[in-house]
Amino acid sequence: MKNILLAGFGGQGVLFAGKIMATAGLFEDQYVSWLPSYGPEMRGGTANCSVCLSEEPIGSPLVLEPDVLVVMNLPSYDKFIDAVVPGGIAIIDSSLVNKRCERTDIKCFYVPATQLADEKGLKGLSNIILLGKTLRETQFAQSETVERAIEKCVPPRKQNLVQANLEAFRLGMSQQD
Amino acid sequence: MKQLASNEKVLMKGNEALAEAAIQAGCRHFFGYPITPQTEVAAYMAKRMPKIGGTYLQAESEVAAINMVYGAAAAGVRAMTSSSSPGISLKTEGISYLAGADLPALIVNVQRGSPGLGGIQPSQADYWQATKAPGHGDLHILVFAPSTIQEMVDMVFDAFELADTYRMPAMILADGMLGQMMEPISFPEKQVKQFDKFSWASCGHQGKRSHNVVNSLYLKPEQLEQMIQDRFQRYAEIQEKHTQWEEYLVEDADLVVVAYGATSRIVRSAINTARNQDYKVGMIRPKTLWPYPTKAIQQAAQHVKGFLSVEMSMGQMVDDVRLAVNGKVPVSFFGHTGGVVPTPAEVLAEIKKLLGGNQ
Repeated sequence: MKNILLAGFGGQGVLFAGKIMATAGLFEDQYVSWLPSYGPEMRGGTANCSVCLSEEPIGSPLVLEPDVLVVMNLPSYDKFIDAVVPGGIAIIDSSLVNKRCERTDIKCFYVPATQLADEKGLKGLSNIILLGKTLRETQFAQSETVERAIEKCVPPRKQNLVQANLEAFRLGMSQQD
Repeated sequence: MKQLASNEKVLMKGNEALAEAAIQAGCRHFFGYPITPQTEVAAYMAKRMPKIGGTYLQAESEVAAINMVYGAAAAGVRAMTSSSSPGISLKTEGISYLAGADLPALIVNVQRGSPGLGGIQPSQADYWQATKAPGHGDLHILVFAPSTIQEMVDMVFDAFELADTYRMPAMILADGMLGQMMEPISFPEKQVKQFDKFSWASCGHQGKRSHNVVNSLYLKPEQLEQMIQDRFQRYAEIQEKHTQWEEYLVEDADLVVVAYGATSRIVRSAINTARNQDYKVGMIRPKTLWPYPTKAIQQAAQHVKGFLSVEMSMGQMVDDVRLAVNGKVPVSFFGHTGGVVPTPAEVLAEIKKLLGGNQ
């Protein structure tokens, strides 16, 4: 059972990254749920989504105490870092979060995802870089399954972006601590 | 958009899965008006209906939409509308007319915080409205309360079929959480039952019968009373045959939690944790809210020490639990309202408080 919370600004693709996770879970016959925050979010506002992957039917789909937190901005970091369960994992976009976590009971991984995306010509795919890093640290599914999920989730009219997404994913997978 | 093969598991948002289920159940006439958190139902219909020869119409208001449903249903086709709490209030006049004219139709309420414009987060505060007064007058409508997206899909098929069988409106009572969340689903491979509506619908007499009038106006009290009494006989049959509920770990339970819809998922999480700590607690989950599983609760009342109703409201369904229990054992309530979702930890704390030393 993994309870995952992804949070950031609207437009960064936290909902999309969550959808890929849930789709990968579905491909591996796990029970999955995906629940977005649906307040008056917009580009620039905060957005988050809860993803549950489990061997058993999922009760509450709302993740309040994540095993895995993926954060893509400072407001979300401040809001959710203390909610991570002891022993949990936080994946942090360190290009946008200029803090270091002082908790010793969770593992934090800092990836300058936004900067990496810009440097590698993968602008707008920092979410997928973080998805790769999340897979590396949590093994929530097989990497081939996640790649298949990426291909499935990229909408038909944007199929030209599949390769860039896969590249970003593999870049994230290759990030050392 | 490609036609979904049945049996293939797909990840879909509740609102979209519901819309697709309605199409697969033979609905070709959708009349709606946008409101969060159900707008994806209408958006999906707007995309799909024109491609399959159906009608998608965004009405000028919720009142117009429900009356278009009335017209379509009177012409003998499967018709539906969807909205969220404030919009459903606007539809209540039309729902009463549908019931009074013995018309089948599907109404979807993806509930949000109320009263007034309220908020847009999940709520179950329209229970009283859906089950006690979905419109003026002596009437009931079928009310289905799904707790998963798969169940929502399955219930759309049931709702249309029962609505046609008994010629009455049916409602799917969901909430913002179910509307917005995604879960894997597959669409049932069942053959949609066809209903011959020629004998009563205003669909053209083809020179084979005199013309039909669909109406809810009866100026002679005795005639109106007779109509209503006939309808209530059908209601009694529905209560007997079509009440649906789930019992979860009830046999040995000291405490039975009663919860429906999204809240029942949270309760199930809490019960699983409580069971691991040896608290004897179970759940009765109504799947239909009208007809209500009164008998299941009465039966459980023979052997449990108490009931707890958990809702996203100030306590509405708890009335029906109390009526069923009829004073035999204590009935408590726990809930949040206004769009605040109860947590499994809160429900667990409530269970422990009530069971105290009974562990």
